[in-house]
Amino acid sequence: MTFKIAASPHAHQRRTTQQVMRWVYVALIPGVLLQTYFFGVGVYIQLALALLTAWVAEGLAMRLRGRPIGHAWQDHTAIVTAVLLAISIPALAPWWIIVIGTAFSIIVVKHVYGGVGQNLFNPAMAGYVLLLVSFPVQMTSWPVPNELAQLQVTISDTAQLIFSGFTNSGYNLEQLRMGVDGVTMATPLDSLRNDLNHQLTLTEALNKPIFGGLAGIGWAWINIAFLLGGLVLIKQKIISWHIPGGMLVGLLVPAAVYWMFNPDQAITPMLHALSGATMLGAFFIATDPVTAATSNKGRWVFGLFIGFLVFVIRTWGGYPDAVAFAVLLANMTVPVIDKYTQPVAYGHGGRS
Amino acid sequence: MSAATKAIEAGHIWTFPGGIHPPERKELSNQSAIRQLPLAPHYHVPVKQHSGAPGDLLVQVGDKVKAGQALTQVGVNNGLPVHAPTSGTVTAIGAGIIAHPSGLADTIITITADGDDSATTLAPIADYTAVSRAELLERIKQAGIAGLGGAGFPTAQKLALQRPLDYLIINGVECEPYISADDRLMREHAQTIIDGTEILLHLAACEKALIAIEANKPEAISAFEALLHEHPKLALRVVPVKYPSGGEKQLIQLLTGRQVPSRGLPIDVGLVMQNVGTAYAVAQAVVQGKPLIERVVTVTGENVEQPGNYWVRLGTPVDYLLEQCGFKPEPEQRVIMGGPMMGFTLADLSVPVVKITNCILVPSSQELAPAQDEMACIRCGACADVCPAQLLPQQMVWLAKAKDYDGLEKQNLFDCIECGACAYVCPSEIPLVHYYRKAKAEIRNIAREKAKAEVARERFEARQERLEREKEERLERHRKAAEARKKAQAEAVEKGGDNPQDAVQAAIARAKARKAAQAAAAADKKTEGDDA
Repeated sequence: MTFKIAASPHAHQRRTTQQVMRWVYVALIPGVLLQTYFFGVGVYIQLALALLTAWVAEGLAMRLRGRPIGHAWQDHTAIVTAVLLAISIPALAPWWIIVIGTAFSIIVVKHVYGGVGQNLFNPAMAGYVLLLVSFPVQMTSWPVPNELAQLQVTISDTAQLIFSGFTNSGYNLEQLRMGVDGVTMATPLDSLRNDLNHQLTLTEALNKPIFGGLAGIGWAWINIAFLLGGLVLIKQKIISWHIPGGMLVGLLVPAAVYWMFNPDQAITPMLHALSGATMLGAFFIATDPVTAATSNKGRWVFGLFIGFLVFVIRTWGGYPDAVAFAVLLANMTVPVIDKYTQPVAYGHGGRS
Repeated sequence: MSAATKAIEAGHIWTFPGGIHPPERKELSNQSAIRQLPLAPHYHVPVKQHSGAPGDLLVQVGDKVKAGQALTQVGVNNGLPVHAPTSGTVTAIGAGIIAHPSGLADTIITITADGDDSATTLAPIADYTAVSRAELLERIKQAGIAGLGGAGFPTAQKLALQRPLDYLIINGVECEPYISADDRLMREHAQTIIDGTEILLHLAACEKALIAIEANKPEAISAFEALLHEHPKLALRVVPVKYPSGGEKQLIQLLTGRQVPSRGLPIDVGLVMQNVGTAYAVAQAVVQGKPLIERVVTVTGENVEQPGNYWVRLGTPVDYLLEQCGFKPEPEQRVIMGGPMMGFTLADLSVPVVKITNCILVPSSQELAPAQDEMACIRCGACADVCPAQLLPQQMVWLAKAKDYDGLEKQNLFDCIECGACAYVCPSEIPLVHYYRKAKAEIRNIAREKAKAEVARERFEARQERLEREKEERLERHRKAAEARKKAQAEAVEKGGDNPQDAVQAAIARAKARKAAQAAAAADKKTEGDDA
């Protein structure tokens, strides 16, 4: 009788890459539900389009590379990329936006660099930046939160809008984005940035219907939902607290200091924390392990750097939000961070 | 007393980074007392069961031996003897497969048991304080004792290092899942282990021993607690349950907060560690005069009917041991010598149990699922989080795949203790430890080749130098001989003898004359021919 030869260890924890990825998109669910509540079922259509594109793109890329297709779909990393990109773009953006973005993320950003684990840049964010730079109008046309909208958009209107550009009753996206006051509504960060640049004080800038409660209407709740989902991931040890912690500290501490010295001309730390993609970025995007630093110290530095870049770009840069740019810039520095944050190994003079 | 020493004395337990909590599954084997295994018909005793050179053979095929009789002696290589596990006849001495991951063969002495099991012992030493240190060390060496915890380092050799010691650590942690051999030994033979510890303390000239037991062994802990009040030099330390807290380096960190320097030994930080099984064997060898011919082995896993702990004679073939325990192999059965984290699989079950064999594990594929296909690394860092040596396993695996050996040295590959925590948590099921072992072997090979090439180069250069020197010497000799000749001639001429130069001149003149005569004759002939 022959016996099987295997290398130790013979015991394995049963948590596969697939399960890790599944936790990530499960933790996104509360945020996605709230996003749908505020911005309509367009979110679901974008998700479906993104998933379909990711599925096809992944299979195609694996086929072209002569790799087993099953392996690629099995690890669920493409699903996470697709979901992250789909919820990062405006819910009513035309269909080709998400298709181009997802295909670019999967094929160029991931597979051209060698597939899962080899990519230098966060696929979803590289896709997002490509779209933002190429199609700025579509990518900044966020729908009005339901509570403030003048016109209610039905499911069939949404589908019509995404696929043809007009609702059943002939309205286009621009008309739908009118607020109750008849002014096209911008996102909270966009609105703030414009107003502060036009020498308005913070108090004046905040005197718009989009701001209510903690931060912007809808945006604050969505951020809180992503924060909760992120805490679940930390509890489940899917991510460590170092990157989100670093990013929030890197963003909020400079923001608080700047705000203290310019009380009526700067965005408050609260607005920083609860608007835009802050929480989604901190817990779900920056934590993509492939493109992040690997030691705990490195993760902390990586997070701080992203947070600080977000603060700098939001305050002085040319774009209202900055998570995607900050993450990509930080991705570039990862090899250097890893090199200088290597932990002291046992027996090399470190302290226990 | 420094603050650190105070903390050690007070029983402070430090922590070590990383570590994992795999299912322990010790209840499979630790429920019943250690059982005796019936005598096997044949025993295969490898001559090398420890780290170091084997001893010299003392027996021949056909010799009758008794249990405990030495089969090899220390010899020129300073090896460690092995002993006959039972009485019988030496029926073969030759190459056989030994318990080693490589599956390579080594010299094995086969003994066919006669069933009497008549034994011979060394003289018991009633009072170990009355004999010299050298005599005690010699006894431990003659009894063939090597570290029973896993590395198999000769115990006497470890104790012979004359360096000041702060603590002797007795390791009863046994953190590897499934294994309960030390646990049962501690429950049932705490007094003997304590006696052995006292002897080790005496030998090491050390004032204090720390006996470390993992918190998941309450019976063993209470067995020691009941006895230790009579032994002021011994202190019990209960360490939290975490794998690999029983690793030598990690246990040192837990009990003293110290770190063994990279590529150093515990003695460099004033510590020596011995396994509880070793302490037991030392007491047996000194007090009873019994050489090391048996040890406790855990036989466990869902594919044996009677899992438990057994007193197994060294040299017992694994297939015999498993047969006695009701082995029910499944297709593609894995038979693991050691535990699920660090053990190795056996391809052939005729291999014998040796001094370092603490467990034979025959898992079903449900309890320990076979490894899946390796997937791509997603750099999740779970491996780095659990690494007790604070290495970056995922970086090392990139470098190992790229065969970047300088990079691996920079990542301190050789500080990896191969505990397997990284591969245990890896979501992509990358066999990380396997890559490290391979890289380590390759680096060692390169170093060996380099050393060999260096020796060859030195020899080549030495030869070149010698040839050059010999040539110069030869020329010099010739030159001197010529000078001497010339001098002798000059002296001879001065004394009025024949000048050899004259003889030469005369010879030249003769030769010229002869040539001229020949030329004239030839000219005559030619003239004649023309005339004709």
